[in-house]
Amino acid sequence: MSYARPKFRHPQLPKNELGYTSDYYEGSISTLCAGCGHDSISAAIVQACFESNIEPHKVAKMSGIGCSSKTPAYFLNNSHGFNSVHGRMPSVATGANMANKDLIYLGVSGDGDTASIGMGQFIHVIRRNLKMIYIVMNNGCYGLTKGQDSATADEGSKNKAGNVNQFQSIDLASLALELGATFVAQSFSGDKNQLVPLIKAAIKHNGFAFLNVISPCVTFNNNVGSTKSYDFVREHQEATSTLDFVPHKTEITTSYDEGTTKSVVMHDGSLIQLHKLEQKWDPQNRLSAMTALENAKSKGEILTGLVYINEQSKDLHTLLNTTDTPLNKLTQDVLCPGTEKLKDINKSLR
Amino acid sequence: MVGLDKVNDFVVKFANVNGTGSASANLLFTKSIFRMGLYVSPKNFFPSNIQGLPTWYEVRVNEKGYLGRRDGIDMMVGVNAQSLLNDIKSIKSGGYLLYDSSKKLHAEYIREDINYIGIPFMEMCNKEFSDPRQRLLFKNIMYVGALSALLDIEFSVLESLISEQFAGKEKLIAPNIKSLKLGSDYVKANFKYPLEIRVERRKLTDNLIMMEGNAACGLGAVYAGATFAAWYPITPSTSVAEAFGDYCHELRIAEDGKHNFAIVQAEDELAAIGMAIGANWNGARAFTATSGPGLSLMNEFLGLAYYAEIPVVLVDVQRSGPSTGMPTRVQQSDVMKAAYASHGDTKHVLLFPSTPKECFEMTADAFDLAEELQTPVMVMTDLDLGMNDHVCEQLEWDEKREFKRGKVLTFDDLENLQNARYGRYLDEDDDGIPYRTIPATHPTRGAFVTRGTSRDEYAVYTEEGAPYIRNMERLLKKFETAKSYVPAPQVYNAENKCDHGIIFYGTSTQSAEEAIDLLKEKGIYVDALRIKSFPFNKTVEEFIDAHDKVFVVEQNRDAQMRSLLLVELGASSKKLIPVLNYDGLPITADCIVKGIEKKLIKKTKKQI
Repeated sequence: MSYARPKFRHPQLPKNELGYTSDYYEGSISTLCAGCGHDSISAAIVQACFESNIEPHKVAKMSGIGCSSKTPAYFLNNSHGFNSVHGRMPSVATGANMANKDLIYLGVSGDGDTASIGMGQFIHVIRRNLKMIYIVMNNGCYGLTKGQDSATADEGSKNKAGNVNQFQSIDLASLALELGATFVAQSFSGDKNQLVPLIKAAIKHNGFAFLNVISPCVTFNNNVGSTKSYDFVREHQEATSTLDFVPHKTEITTSYDEGTTKSVVMHDGSLIQLHKLEQKWDPQNRLSAMTALENAKSKGEILTGLVYINEQSKDLHTLLNTTDTPLNKLTQDVLCPGTEKLKDINKSLR
Repeated sequence: MVGLDKVNDFVVKFANVNGTGSASANLLFTKSIFRMGLYVSPKNFFPSNIQGLPTWYEVRVNEKGYLGRRDGIDMMVGVNAQSLLNDIKSIKSGGYLLYDSSKKLHAEYIREDINYIGIPFMEMCNKEFSDPRQRLLFKNIMYVGALSALLDIEFSVLESLISEQFAGKEKLIAPNIKSLKLGSDYVKANFKYPLEIRVERRKLTDNLIMMEGNAACGLGAVYAGATFAAWYPITPSTSVAEAFGDYCHELRIAEDGKHNFAIVQAEDELAAIGMAIGANWNGARAFTATSGPGLSLMNEFLGLAYYAEIPVVLVDVQRSGPSTGMPTRVQQSDVMKAAYASHGDTKHVLLFPSTPKECFEMTADAFDLAEELQTPVMVMTDLDLGMNDHVCEQLEWDEKREFKRGKVLTFDDLENLQNARYGRYLDEDDDGIPYRTIPATHPTRGAFVTRGTSRDEYAVYTEEGAPYIRNMERLLKKFETAKSYVPAPQVYNAENKCDHGIIFYGTSTQSAEEAIDLLKEKGIYVDALRIKSFPFNKTVEEFIDAHDKVFVVEQNRDAQMRSLLLVELGASSKKLIPVLNYDGLPITADCIVKGIEKKLIKKTKKQI
């Protein structure tokens, strides 16, 4: 495992619209195992944030506990992060989001953190359509506590110790769809071309954006017999489409065959373009998306890409009708009713 | 039969069936006496149920200012057949039973030593009203009318209360007045009135209000600038969040109709406190309210907020435990757990209000304290204070008061650091309180990862022993600093002259104050101190040192406050004597007096 990272960068690294190079979006050096899928996802997050021209300090990095929850330290050094308690990141993210609606909330979790102890909070944060990006770095095991099966481990999958998992797995993407999530995507840590545009789209989505990213654990679940190993995922991945994210300012220069491309307009005018669509699958139709997922599963495939999106949804702030000024910026004169009002209240209690 | 002669000094208890609208009628009764200038202490004893079980409402009338509960029922309004037999047994000798004589009482209900006032409420109601719901509701109003004649409550006071209650629904005023009159007229036609137990107008409540503690907490949060509340419904704390919501809808709507607040009903208590912590971390004042079972669930997050030093306010409206306990009965049994919530070495700031006015003030203060000390602050109220109406002084707010946001670095502060490195957990001022930064303050300075794991002064993860110990010791230093921030105890005597002292807190206060007077009448003198917060400051220590014995009055089995005093102050276990009540009903002065006398007699016996 590396413990030192060179500070040298290529003098002609491209700059984004804010004038930053991509290293501006990096974090500290990772302490995860060499080859860990999570580090690839961190790199994808860095790239997506760089290409999305966001200001790092306007991102809040939220996580629970686990190997994946350590990753916020490895990207966006200039963002505040909150590595909270196991399974409870959604509640902390909700409160933080309520305090300031203008920031980007990037939540990172693992399959233990989300599908076991965090199952309840996961369900309810979806229900409330909290505007955030929620990435599960899914490796089917508990890495940090040394390799126990997680609830997303597939039935029949064999772990490093040779034990066969006897329980049905929790399919987070299907569950999210069932619960009414307004953006559901699946991906693979090894497929950066797909993952980066997905993250960019998630950042723009005006609601809860869920990404279930299979992220193999090289130490505990990358063996033969595992359904979340690098080899297995590469062989069984089925993409819904190839995906482009086009910010609204950019001119679209490429074109695709009619009938195989679908464009989804996001609330701020940016576009997600889905090319080479599988037939009989409409990413804006929940039933169609659910069916596509089930079909893939029945064939033993992992469906990746943007599975479902609904850009008409209302996020929690909209539902609660909060004022445009972030709550943490409201001042005392607006918040405190004052002495005169208290006199009225006293009168009413006599 | 000898009646009682008690002007402005009696207890009326109503025995109703819950879900029948009796609360409204009983409150009308209570308020009419308050409006006649007298002290009233109404207490609701309701079942953990929605409809059909017995519920009682006990009202003590007093002109000496005693607001605690008093044993012994002078007048029982027994309109619940299910509990009537036991209700009759609880009446004092010489007392009264007001009952519905539409049905004849069996022999077993007859006592020779009490007075029976039978009024055919049901018959009269059925004659007057045809709608079943009306029959039920107006039967209650009728007995209030009867009581007005029996106890000499001014009818005009009842009339104006009805007009106020139904302003905007004037059609309902007439039937209410009619029902009151029917009850009153029946008494005047059939009984000698008023009784020896009765009220006389005084001017004692001119500047006082009547309010529920939970509503006061909710209002305090509004005044303190709380913009976010997350909560989970649980008896008896639900009305804190509801009051906050109601006041916000009245007082926090922007000109464009949008909300200057957000409230989320969470999926459980863990989520509720997690949300409150997340909001506070991001610079918004936030709180949650719960009871014992919720506090248990919140332990993990409280430990995180303690160790990562994030402000959060928690209102714990205590009820009888352990486990689900008696959900609708009072107790003060979360004290120890709240003080040391969560695994590992923790200590938390606690506040102990004893009146709705203090609920308002201490909840507001809690937000300042939480942000100044960067730690959880728990407002420890209880079911009696929270869900009953209490007579107290008017609420006050200093117009010049400003929110105390504590040590938060601004953009300029961070710029002015220049080449110095920002350390989230550096003890710059030697008071144990470091400086925090809110997300999005500065593009390149001040960011760090908040975590529940150990880290050094610069918020960098570490597993080394030395920085861990420095941090833990700084947290102790911070707790020591807190002693000068939290409300000082109330000392009742200018000088500690007596051999013995008495310590109490929260809703034991009213009965303790009365007990001190009762003990005086018996020639027993004690100095008194009321604890208002934890950590304990020097005054508490000095008070204990100044006395031979100190009676610690509280409402739990294991004398939890006493334990805290032993642990935190090193007080002698022989010196601190517990005086306890934990049957789920509010402690009475009588209980305290008996408890102290018993312990003093023991001492005397030993000397012989």
